[in-house]
Amino acid sequence: MDTFEPQIVAFCCKYCAYAAADLAGSMRLAYPPNVKIVQLPCTGRVDIFHLLTAIEDGADGVYVAGCLEGECHFMKGNFRARKKVEYVKKTLAELGIEPERVEMYNLSSAMGPRFAEIAQEMTDRIKELGPSPVRTETV
Amino acid sequence: MIIGDRKSLAEILDMIKDCRNILITGCKGCVTVCNVGGLKEVQVLASSLKIARKKEGRPITIEENLLERQCDPEYIAEVSDIIHNYDAVVSMACGVGPQFLSEAYPKQKFFPAINTKFFGGATAHGIWEERCAGCGSCVIHQYDGLCPISRCSKSLMNGPCGGSANGLCEISRDVVCIWDMIVKKKMEQGRLDDLLAVAPAKDWSTSRDGGPRKSIREELTQ
Repeated sequence: MDTFEPQIVAFCCKYCAYAAADLAGSMRLAYPPNVKIVQLPCTGRVDIFHLLTAIEDGADGVYVAGCLEGECHFMKGNFRARKKVEYVKKTLAELGIEPERVEMYNLSSAMGPRFAEIAQEMTDRIKELGPSPVRTETV
Repeated sequence: MIIGDRKSLAEILDMIKDCRNILITGCKGCVTVCNVGGLKEVQVLASSLKIARKKEGRPITIEENLLERQCDPEYIAEVSDIIHNYDAVVSMACGVGPQFLSEAYPKQKFFPAINTKFFGGATAHGIWEERCAGCGSCVIHQYDGLCPISRCSKSLMNGPCGGSANGLCEISRDVVCIWDMIVKKKMEQGRLDDLLAVAPAKDWSTSRDGGPRKSIREELTQ
């Protein structure tokens, strides 16, 4: 289990989390390479289906990172994303899988260090939980 | 439209526990509009079931399909070439869908993924409310467009009853007393006297009390 390196998919809004990831890079901040980023035009674009498919295909953890609440460029996209994340958490719980494998985060494009912190936090959390019970092979 | 809720994953998983290869078919009619059995919901259910079965170590193959409507034979016929390629078929239409499928393909097993609930509409995004009981003899014109059959907990034709308090029904604080609304609307329109006339007992023979119903339009039959 010590060698377990989780595969984590992060759905990031281009206006905030994705830009924050860029900033983290410019600031030479290190964050775990376990996190694979998918850029979205807004977290409102993310669908329950996308989050479930990531889990189905073997991701050990999935998170959505959107703008700070009240700061969404499309007004309610991040609130909608949060509800979808909550739905997926409930679905996982119903299937006997830890709902903590899915999470919603909010940050701004100026929060590069916070982006790195979230990536570390999620990686630590998933390492603690262990491999996804759905994972059958290396993704 | 017909409103439904999806069954729990545990119930659906139990239905398909012996299957290794299924088809999930949605419907582009009412269940798409009430976000319970359209394309997205088919994808979400398929993914959820695949996750559950992978977790059990018994993966399942699921094909996804969406029919124009599952309440018309010509659309049901569209799956005739593929319907027997699966151990079972899960229908995400209202209760009509799996029955039409079963009648058309008697050798296949069909499971309903939806609990069909009522005829209603969306009062807000994500919230649907009952507006019609399908009683077969509409009386809403007598109540200024408000239906006491579907919206009064007792389906009273003469109300309100003693359980009405502050505009709410005694059964729950979440249930509006429709009779309170009817009386208020009659007062606003200066037609409260309409309610002095006693409405006769309703003839329920046009409803489910008359047994399964049928509607025939001679001008359309062939």
